[in-house]
Amino acid sequence: MKKISVKHILIHIIILIAVVITTYPLIRIFSVSIRPGDRIISTDLSLIPDGASFISYIKLFKETHFIKWIFNSLLITLATSFIGVTLASTAAYAFSRFNFLGKKSGLSLLLLTQMIPAGMLILPLYLMIMKLNLINTYLGMIIAYSVSSLPFSIWILKGYYDTIPKSLEEAAKVDGANDISAFYKIILPLSTPALSIAFLFNFTTAWNEYLVARVVLYHPANYTWTLGLFELQGQFITQWGMFAAGSIIITIPVLVIFLYSSKWLISGLTLGSVKG
Amino acid sequence: MADVKFENVTKAYGENIILKNISLEIKDGEFCVIVGPSGCGKTTLLRMLAGLEEITYGKIYIDSVLVNDLPPSKREIAMVFQDYALYPHMSVRENMSFALKLRKVKKEEINSRVIEAASILQITHLLDRMPKQLSGGQRQRVAIGRAIVRHPKVFLFDEPLSNLDAKLREEMRIEFLKLYQKLAATMIYVTHDQIEAMTLASKIIIMNKGIIQQIGTPIDVYLKPKKLFVASFIGTPTMNFINGKLSIDREKIFLIHEDKKIFIPAFAFPDYQKYEGKEIILGIRPDDIILDESKMDKENAISAKVDVVELLGPRENIYIKISDKKIITATSHSFKITPQSEIKFSLNYLNLHIFDSVTEERIN
Repeated sequence: MKKISVKHILIHIIILIAVVITTYPLIRIFSVSIRPGDRIISTDLSLIPDGASFISYIKLFKETHFIKWIFNSLLITLATSFIGVTLASTAAYAFSRFNFLGKKSGLSLLLLTQMIPAGMLILPLYLMIMKLNLINTYLGMIIAYSVSSLPFSIWILKGYYDTIPKSLEEAAKVDGANDISAFYKIILPLSTPALSIAFLFNFTTAWNEYLVARVVLYHPANYTWTLGLFELQGQFITQWGMFAAGSIIITIPVLVIFLYSSKWLISGLTLGSVKG
Repeated sequence: MADVKFENVTKAYGENIILKNISLEIKDGEFCVIVGPSGCGKTTLLRMLAGLEEITYGKIYIDSVLVNDLPPSKREIAMVFQDYALYPHMSVRENMSFALKLRKVKKEEINSRVIEAASILQITHLLDRMPKQLSGGQRQRVAIGRAIVRHPKVFLFDEPLSNLDAKLREEMRIEFLKLYQKLAATMIYVTHDQIEAMTLASKIIIMNKGIIQQIGTPIDVYLKPKKLFVASFIGTPTMNFINGKLSIDREKIFLIHEDKKIFIPAFAFPDYQKYEGKEIILGIRPDDIILDESKMDKENAISAKVDVVELLGPRENIYIKISDKKIITATSHSFKITPQSEIKFSLNYLNLHIFDSVTEERIN
């Protein structure tokens, strides 16, 4: 039998604590979501309360625009992620491979934008979107989200492209490819790990965003789920059951995306490890 | 297959000139090896021919077509890179057929060409593997295979063996020779290894500091190096150089190196009169130093002290010293010479290389 060392036990204790800290709130929310309506604010700590039911879930779908909110969120988030990754992948390629005036300062500027707190950007973003006449539209949201996550994606991808040997593109060019086909036939397929990370980043940021949505969207039919769930909070009463049920449901898309893209992340890592 | 011609080609990065006025012609079907120390500009020259590097000044022709402004894809060349540059996400078969697919060659044609190239290189069993599953030597073969399937006008090789271990390098060198005999195509091969250059080339181009030092057949550059650099670069062990003043004493020519007088017969240096009293450099290959007393010119023998004896199996390298000047001799006999002993030697007068100490050009 393998010896279990003190080090191993310590590591496992730390991991266990981390797991409990991260999953406990989720479990609590789940238990709130299945509580019967009359016991929502009870101090009972049992995970599966007496009289547990999925009534909150049913009410959420029946009595609110939850499906519409999810649809809005998905539409905006997916569009943002695709546009963001497309723009970032090409911009990062230019930063990685070509020399042009303002390359260094451009990269520094991009980094600088990441140091500005999101709250500070709300007013300028609102003004820009208003001037573009895109208030209360999907497009307005997509533009706002894409531009705010672009700098980070560009940095991630640029860093990854830098590790891909130039000779691969040169070989492709000698083989008959032009700049564009060398990029999408050689560089892009090799960059799936970095592209997945950029996509995940874009997706989770846009999916969970509240502040910008609050100022850009005002018509309930256009709400994303973050705004929609907040609707459940009334002046006199908050429907915590439905709130919790909604919170549980909205984790599913992110979970699916993470599980799906983990395949790409791992395949990419092994690819890099044997190069040379 | 095609001729390649460089006309006054210069490459500069800003003020920094990498290649100066390179003019040369490589004939159809020649195996041309460009050799020189690292940083001499040989790879840049190859990359300019491939279209991967801009030409600052001058013209490059492939098959009489000016290619200065053609992209690499239009030059009908194939290149094998130093790091092989196999596409990691494609199988061996896909790597080899990539160029043909881009050219929209028919599927059956692609298949037959890939199979043909794979069988020449004996990699048919590897076609469905990924590059990461191959050894260094196998990757090298795939990279060559990728070039062969193209049926290009010119093959370019950029130090293709430098990443392999010594034994594999030797094997692949022979493979290259076989391949050249089979394809009879124009091949341009860049290396810093003079042994590769000597064994592979039908034409050898020796470069240093961005300038062509000499162009010729391997035996030419070995026997008649035109410059001191070429003499020192080609041949192992390297040529010995003894500098000194030329003096004529009773119609006999001598090189005076400190307290030693080294005799040079007139036939080996017809122009000796021009250099009387001037500094010259005498070059002598280790093989041309005679230690065998029966073959030695006893009258003009030079005495020396043995420093180190290096046994190499059938051969021996003996390091000797004449007035603090270290000289290597290579001999196939064992003369039972021991370190620190005093010996005498003479030179093989047929193979003396004499250089001007200022211009470093050959003067005999």
